[in-house]
Amino acid sequence: MDSFVSRYKNALVLILVLVAQLLALAIQAKRPAGPGSDQPTVSLLRYAVVAVVTPPERLIVGTGLWARSLWTGYIDLIHVRKQNAALRQQILRLRIEQAGLAQDAAQGQRLEHLLDFKQHYIYKTLPAQIIGTSGTDQSRVLYIDQGSHDGLKQDMPVITADGIVGKIKDVFPHTSQVLLITDPTSGVGVVLQTTRTRGILKGRAYGQLQVVDVSPDSRIKPGETILTSGGDQIFPRGLPVGTVERIVPDPQHDPLVDILVHPAAHLAALEEVLVVTNVGNSQSPQEAKDIAESEAESVAAQKRASDILSERLPSRYDPNAPADTNPQTTTDANGNPIRPPAPPAPVHPDQFSPDAEPAAADMTPGHRWAPVKGGAEDTSKASQPTAAQQTSAANAGTTVTAQPQQPAAAASNPQTSAPQAQKQAAAKQRRKAAPAITPKNAPAPQGGLR
Amino acid sequence: MALMASTRREADAQSFPFWVYLLAPLLALGLQSFAPLLFPRFSVLDLPLLIVIYFASTLRTPITATIGGAFIGLAQDALTHQPLGVFGIAKAFIGYVAASLGVRIDTESPLTRSILIFLFVLLNDAIDWVLVRHMLNQPMPWAWLHELVRAAVNTFIALILFGLLDRLKRRE
Repeated sequence: MDSFVSRYKNALVLILVLVAQLLALAIQAKRPAGPGSDQPTVSLLRYAVVAVVTPPERLIVGTGLWARSLWTGYIDLIHVRKQNAALRQQILRLRIEQAGLAQDAAQGQRLEHLLDFKQHYIYKTLPAQIIGTSGTDQSRVLYIDQGSHDGLKQDMPVITADGIVGKIKDVFPHTSQVLLITDPTSGVGVVLQTTRTRGILKGRAYGQLQVVDVSPDSRIKPGETILTSGGDQIFPRGLPVGTVERIVPDPQHDPLVDILVHPAAHLAALEEVLVVTNVGNSQSPQEAKDIAESEAESVAAQKRASDILSERLPSRYDPNAPADTNPQTTTDANGNPIRPPAPPAPVHPDQFSPDAEPAAADMTPGHRWAPVKGGAEDTSKASQPTAAQQTSAANAGTTVTAQPQQPAAAASNPQTSAPQAQKQAAAKQRRKAAPAITPKNAPAPQGGLR
Repeated sequence: MALMASTRREADAQSFPFWVYLLAPLLALGLQSFAPLLFPRFSVLDLPLLIVIYFASTLRTPITATIGGAFIGLAQDALTHQPLGVFGIAKAFIGYVAASLGVRIDTESPLTRSILIFLFVLLNDAIDWVLVRHMLNQPMPWAWLHELVRAAVNTFIALILFGLLDRLKRRE
């Protein structure tokens, strides 16, 4: 036995090491993927290696940043004032643009609230520096210099200003592992901006991105923007993902197609990322404050613009013109204000203006204000407003309306007397004081009136 | 046979200062993790594998090479999000084979080194592919052209790296 062991000890050690690792691999592979899927021993080993490997990386990255900040912060400050002024102008312009967009966003938010949709807004982000990679193409992960001590947790989204990057896979005290969207095991819910086609974004071999198993649609064209759909419950909705590069048939799921995607974020040369540490269902107080400021600035800017415009428009009064060319006053010789000339009197009586007709309660059944000729009223013989009435109306600054043909009607109807005319005048006064009558409660028309 | 370790110099037991055993794998792991940030194409290299091959073929002790290869491979696994063991199994096997061949073959000749490294890189990738594809059931392509280019690049870098490490040898 001893001779067997001593003779084959090399092979036995190899078999022992391989079997032990195969068993460990099988146990790990059987456990479901997800947060906390690693066993304590595995986590401990990962932590030990990361604790050894990442501090030098952090030191190198930190030193590089320090040297760069020394250059950019103290030495390379030429033109910084000019650049600052330009940036302030840009901020002002963007705030005005933002105010316009905020109106649309607020309206969309209200509509979504009505439809009971859940929108996730980014409340808080934490900037982090990339300090390392997995070192192999099989596992597309990055290491960042923030960990559980900084408040990071598993499955937090990682983004840049350009687009999404990945999600937190593993968290260590001062370091975290980020699974890139280009990894074959990652998945992100996405939607095409124009066609609203939904799908799942997955990584391909050699770091490519694709939206898998999409129904063929001729409207999907290269260059179309792809956004997060929020369906994965990790990334907030509406973040840029990339653009459509080309469409290829899916050989395994015919007739479905795969959409190859060009990522929005420059994943091959990342230096700094933002970890979304807090999301909510409504706008954050800071965001609301920013939008309110933008709206106020937008209103002020619009006011300034209207003032400038009014100054540039031609005016009746020109302060720079000679004194005798401008009208001296707006009143006439009697001190009355000069009013524009009254419009000409209407050819036909107006039956639609208020007070053009007496109240229905004051009407007499069967009464007509124009004589009937051949089965129809002869309106030409109805009474017209007099010239004196028109002149007085013009002086009062009111439009001249045709008075109802009350005198003619009174003349034609012998029952109309002076007391009745007084009653009609009183009713007219009451109607002036009363609120407007809606069609619903309006009195029913009486016979003899059109 | 030209490839056999026939001379006394080749059969000499070779060793390194202790810090080399410790620092070389750590540097390989650190560089492998950090360099792709600056040069994304750097990940085509497998520096930990080259270190395993070098020490296994130089020290020629299969047990040490197997265990060393397993440790370096597991450390490399720990930096990924995959289950631990994929690189550990591959590198333990490569270490054993390299040490076993190192007893019989002249591994200091550039030609022998080149052929061995080229084949070991291909073998390592094949073991990885089998484990990931069939044991973990994860998508992993196998493109012959890519693998051959990768093996060639690793071989070229290994020849330079091994020349540098040879200078650290402590001859008895």
